[in-house]
Amino acid sequence: MTETGGTNSDRAISGAELRLDNVVKRYPGQKVAAVDSLSLTVPAGEIVTFVGPSGCGKTTSLKMINRLIEPTSGTILIDDQDIRSDSATSLRRKIGYVIQGGSLFPHMTVATNVGVVPKMLGWDSAKISARVDELLDLVGLDPDRYRDRYPRELSGGQQQRVGVARGLAADPPVILMDEPFGAVDPITRQRLQDELISIQRELGKTIVCVTHDIDEAIKLGDRILILQEGAQIAQYDTPENILAAPANDFVADFVGAGSTLKQLSLTRVRALDLNRPTTARVGDDTAPVMQHAEQAGDETVVVLDDRDRPVAWPWLRQMRNNPTVRGEPRENLLTIDQAATLNDALDTMLTSTHSKVIVTGDRDRYLGVLDFETVTDHMRHAEREAAEHVEQAQRENGVPGQGRHERTPEDSHD
Amino acid sequence: MTEPTPAVLDEPIPEGHEPSGKRGARVITREMVTMLTVPPILVAAVFGGFVWWRQTAELDVVEANQLRWSLLINSRFHEVFPSWNPMDWHAPFPSWNPATWYDGPLLQGLIWEHVLLTVVSAVIVVAIAVPLGVMLTRGGLKVLAPIVVGIANAGQAAPSVGLIVLLFLWLDGGFWTAIIALSLYGILPVLRNTIVGIQGVDPTLVEAGRGIGMTGWMTLFKVELPLSVPVIMAGVRTSLVLIAGTASLACFIDAGGLGEILQTGISLFKFSLMVTGAVLIALLALLIEWLGRVLELLTRPKGI
Repeated sequence: MTETGGTNSDRAISGAELRLDNVVKRYPGQKVAAVDSLSLTVPAGEIVTFVGPSGCGKTTSLKMINRLIEPTSGTILIDDQDIRSDSATSLRRKIGYVIQGGSLFPHMTVATNVGVVPKMLGWDSAKISARVDELLDLVGLDPDRYRDRYPRELSGGQQQRVGVARGLAADPPVILMDEPFGAVDPITRQRLQDELISIQRELGKTIVCVTHDIDEAIKLGDRILILQEGAQIAQYDTPENILAAPANDFVADFVGAGSTLKQLSLTRVRALDLNRPTTARVGDDTAPVMQHAEQAGDETVVVLDDRDRPVAWPWLRQMRNNPTVRGEPRENLLTIDQAATLNDALDTMLTSTHSKVIVTGDRDRYLGVLDFETVTDHMRHAEREAAEHVEQAQRENGVPGQGRHERTPEDSHD
Repeated sequence: MTEPTPAVLDEPIPEGHEPSGKRGARVITREMVTMLTVPPILVAAVFGGFVWWRQTAELDVVEANQLRWSLLINSRFHEVFPSWNPMDWHAPFPSWNPATWYDGPLLQGLIWEHVLLTVVSAVIVVAIAVPLGVMLTRGGLKVLAPIVVGIANAGQAAPSVGLIVLLFLWLDGGFWTAIIALSLYGILPVLRNTIVGIQGVDPTLVEAGRGIGMTGWMTLFKVELPLSVPVIMAGVRTSLVLIAGTASLACFIDAGGLGEILQTGISLFKFSLMVTGAVLIALLALLIEWLGRVLELLTRPKGI
């Protein structure tokens, strides 16, 4: 009941392996290298988040992958092929690039923006427009309504969605994201993160995502790369391992206090049991739906559209006035993806009047409703488990703090 | 009735107040409507007043000759442009030969001449200043930008009469000498606005263009130039008005234009001619300014 569809093991992977080998970037006139000998392998189909304080070289490292910045030395390989074997522009057309705020071209419509790369690759216009519609649908924008709009007619979150669609347009195996959700409000950011996870679950791209927000890194990343000054790797591991056993003081500091609570950021909603209250379709007769709901003891009904997407969540007393069940514009209903963390779920519940939240799966399909009690039960359980886990890790690794580097007061948490 | 989940997502989604017209149509503000309707009405009204005065006032021989009308009613376009001979430095349009003017200083001829001086100079200005401005924002040439803008600045700061006379001493008089002087004079606003406009394009958009695989040329033509068109066109409009005003001085070097009436009025101390010349020049400048605005609006890319 909690999981629908495929599991991670059998999903399609369309990404490519990315390898950085002793990559150095030294700017003329600067003593310290911006990136000093970075070596890293990003497995195909995984999201790796680069996180670190400002000026640690994470963005420089990212831009070297699509040659917006040329490395001073070292090699970068995509699918075992040196990125310098082709021209920079044709390389970039094969790598998705998503930037903060979307960076859409304001004088082009949404469709033109998304279709820029396919057009440069010489696709014919029918194929481009089909692809544009497919992508807009994927990022949760109705193509008929948004295709011909200009960026200024969209909200920040919608622009960012179009930005993601543009990055995915030519179906690149590798996608680079530079602070993709830095410019939107927290609730929208959380929603966009959920959607990215959901899209990634569907497509299996290799994604490198730069962020300064450790919570975002934990949430999005299959692995997290924590960088220090000069793009020195402080730790490169899964979020679980980084939280349970930070490699040194810098990491512990960066990850921040309350890492037990942060474990909540690791638990996805899909791991919990969802309730299945009464549902109805838009256009159903109200009477039988209400009767069914009253029998089941539900005070609310989840209204779905013809694609199983939740569109409204009225109380029974609100439904009484209409002979048929009515939907609302989908954007007005706050839902979370099954990949959302418990933190997000709690956040969303607090802003909702239901103290519950609707959980959706791929392409916003309805999965069920998560209530507050389920989360608190899980929290208590998780806290106990985390404590045991850390104890065990300490027993295995000896005394914590051994071999840690000197901490400087300037180390920022960002 | 309140929604069960009133949590607000995003900023307000612009759907409630969809513009009634076509999606993405240019935004027309009240101010723009005023700017676009008032000048032509004003010009028409003043010109109407002038026509009324011209028809009712008692004119002496000089005035009547100077303000001959027939052409305005009976277009002599084919006489004004009988054969184009650009190799004739003094008068590419034979019937415009200044030597013939005194026989019939033709009002319409002068207006046309003034317009032609302005438009030809403006076209040359755009053809030179825009590519030059673009070049000065590229790679290594960037360092030259202040120097070139400085030279253009000096060109404009120099008194226009001085510039015209200097060129006259060097190249002798005539239509093309006037065009060179006017082009030099009008180049600065377009050049400066091209540079400023391109430099003003959000660098993250340029990087986004490069990052998704546009070549340098594509970034220029698909991103930088379209986005700087409004700024460049504002420069073109300024330039047009400058040239239209300065073209009144072209008559000093036998290049004609409405300055002719003004000059005749001054030398013969005919008050009516002076006022006529001044009013017609002002009206033409206003009209050209208005056309510049219309052009600005039409060339502005949708969406910005």
